Amino acid sequence: MTTRNRVLILVSAVAVLAAIGLASVLHASARADRRNHVQAGGPSVAPGTVTLTGQGRMIFRNMAWGPHRDELTSVPADDPGGARVASGVKCLRFYAASGVGVCLQAVHGPVSDTYRALVLDARLRTLHRYDVPGIPSRARVSPTGHYAAWTAFVGGDSYAGTHFSTRAAIVDTRTGELIPSLESFRIVKDGHPYRVPDANFWGVTFAADDRTFYATLATGGSTYLVRGDLRSRTVTTLHADVECPSLSPDGTRIAYKKRVEGLPKDAPWHLYVLDLRTMKETPLAERRSVDDQVVWRDARTIVYALPGDYGADLYQVPADGSGTARRISTAAVSPAYVG
Amino acid sequence: MYVADSRATQSSADGAVRPVAGRRRAAVAPAVLALGTVSLVTDVSSEMVTAVLPLYLVTGLGLSPLGFGLLDGIYNGFSALVRLVGGHLADRGGGRHKWVAGFGYAVSAVCKPLLLVAHSLTPIGLVLAADRTGKGLRTAPRDALISLSSTPEARGRAFGVHRAMDTAGALFGPLVAFLILRATVDGYDAVFTVSFCVAVLGVLVLVLFVPGGRSRTVPVERPTLSAAVRLLGRRDLRRITVCALLLGLATVSDSFVYLLLQRRLGVPDRWFALLPLGTAAAFLLLAVPLGRLADRVGRWTVFLTGHGALLGAYGLLLTSWHGGGLPYVVLILHGAFYAATDGVLMAAASDGVPEALRSSGLALVQTGQALARFVCSLLFGAAWTVWGDRAALAGAAVALVACAVFSLVVRPQRVKGPVAV
Repeated sequence: MTTRNRVLILVSAVAVLAAIGLASVLHASARADRRNHVQAGGPSVAPGTVTLTGQGRMIFRNMAWGPHRDELTSVPADDPGGARVASGVKCLRFYAASGVGVCLQAVHGPVSDTYRALVLDARLRTLHRYDVPGIPSRARVSPTGHYAAWTAFVGGDSYAGTHFSTRAAIVDTRTGELIPSLESFRIVKDGHPYRVPDANFWGVTFAADDRTFYATLATGGSTYLVRGDLRSRTVTTLHADVECPSLSPDGTRIAYKKRVEGLPKDAPWHLYVLDLRTMKETPLAERRSVDDQVVWRDARTIVYALPGDYGADLYQVPADGSGTARRISTAAVSPAYVG
Repeated sequence: MYVADSRATQSSADGAVRPVAGRRRAAVAPAVLALGTVSLVTDVSSEMVTAVLPLYLVTGLGLSPLGFGLLDGIYNGFSALVRLVGGHLADRGGGRHKWVAGFGYAVSAVCKPLLLVAHSLTPIGLVLAADRTGKGLRTAPRDALISLSSTPEARGRAFGVHRAMDTAGALFGPLVAFLILRATVDGYDAVFTVSFCVAVLGVLVLVLFVPGGRSRTVPVERPTLSAAVRLLGRRDLRRITVCALLLGLATVSDSFVYLLLQRRLGVPDRWFALLPLGTAAAFLLLAVPLGRLADRVGRWTVFLTGHGALLGAYGLLLTSWHGGGLPYVVLILHGAFYAATDGVLMAAASDGVPEALRSSGLALVQTGQALARFVCSLLFGAAWTVWGDRAALAGAAVALVACAVFSLVVRPQRVKGPVAV
């Protein structure tokens, strides 16, 4: 083949490939436009005032297409499918308790996104602002509102490939003092001090005493439920194979996702509740694999997200293993019950 | 007789061929520039995907990428073995390097659109495994092609040019990906589609512009597997492999270096993802000059000096100096280490392997080095656990000195001259 022909083939191929690439980018950006328009049959969303002290409300990230996509919205807790009030505050992940909220946001930069955590007051005004070192995933506020926590996936640099680590941070919402990583805490594993570089923490949940918290510790390929002490800066392993714990309102039980032997690798988790006094595990009635940190709606019911047509839908299931899972809201994620 | 030697002289009017300083007028062969372009384009494509994959998993699909990292070690080990297979296959046909490499590039290209339809961890894991297989298959034949199309005197520079182009692609890829994400909302499908188009372009450049003709000196009989194994009986290659293996055992993996840098010097979290860019930038800028230097002063000298740069980086991380310039110095040394060793080792190993077995020989050295580095990661992680990061690094530094001294003593005899077949 002559050089001329080769160049001709290359130039034509570049033209075709460039056209395909451009078409895909245009298609994706047009879709972005569509997402700014309200989807027929979707939930009704109207702007309004959202406060973290409202009576019997559920506040969550609205994922329905339209101008209020990704904003914190509120609905009556007993009518989660009802009209949504949008706040104008966009979050990827959110949680609130006692009039204090934590909102994990993407900050769109000229080249790539960075992430930050906002501590919000009851009227969604920013009290404190922190850089988050990676893609944020879990958020929690203590029942008193005095502490907030979040987890980020750190990695994403092109040479680290698919290795990820997590950074779990806890902040005192009154002083703004930040513990950037739980990895600075002393670990007690099976009664002995345990020092490892490969410790990863995620999914913090707080007790009501402003001192105790629970979280996941991963090390050496296993995960553990740890009880943390904010005063002595120590975490102690309690139970194996627990991820994303969520403490019940009465502080006696932990709902969590457990990696169950024999389930497919892409859907390995089943929801369980662990009784902290007896250490007895109870499988919940949800049959699907749940990759979320669940929320206790009350002492008997837990709520969690599963992938849906518009990102995610919210489901609830009894916390005692009985009953069946039921969808309560579409196009919603990261719920918090206030008031 | 070297394929590109005659080509280079014939096409010296070609703008791509630059005469360079030195006793003999030698140039980077068009084949090397073509392969460099293929690598550049392919790296843009693959790094686009790598850069957005965690974001896609977490915010696009709502998965935790942690489980995913568990599978990664398996793929890496597998990829090292596939490299040997690719090396052998390329030799076996007597100069089938181009087609084996092309097959590897094509496999990786096909994986990109598959990401569009894979929505859970298992299929995504399988697609990435196939992608790694393609990468494993193509690496040794590609390096053999670079080696076979360069004169022995200019091989260091040829590899330097190739590695610089390769790294430029790796730096450019994430930028393209994030620009696409910026222009769209959740435009991961657009990123994967563009990545596929770019990968196809890479394969096309390979097919059209990399000479695939058989080297005329290749013997008629096909090299057998046992001939490939007997390569280790060749003193120079054996020494190079053993040295690469030993030095690999003392080469702390990149992520540990960045972690140490962050912990020792308090590099803020938000800059953490930028540290590898520093290494890559230094690699990019130094690959050609150090490759040329290797041709002039000897490849083994530059290869060992490169490990000296790594030792310097370890040393700085061990001192208590906390100056603001330290991360820069460490990253430049780290990039210089790669620039002085990555391509230079291939150039040095080329001298000890006959043409007919070039691909197998290079694969052997690469696999040995990769496995040694993997073992080093395990050992370093364990040492960090037991003795702490500082002691672990000090241990690695001592091991590096010992291995470097050993490598200096048993240096291969023939480090510059052409190989007799």
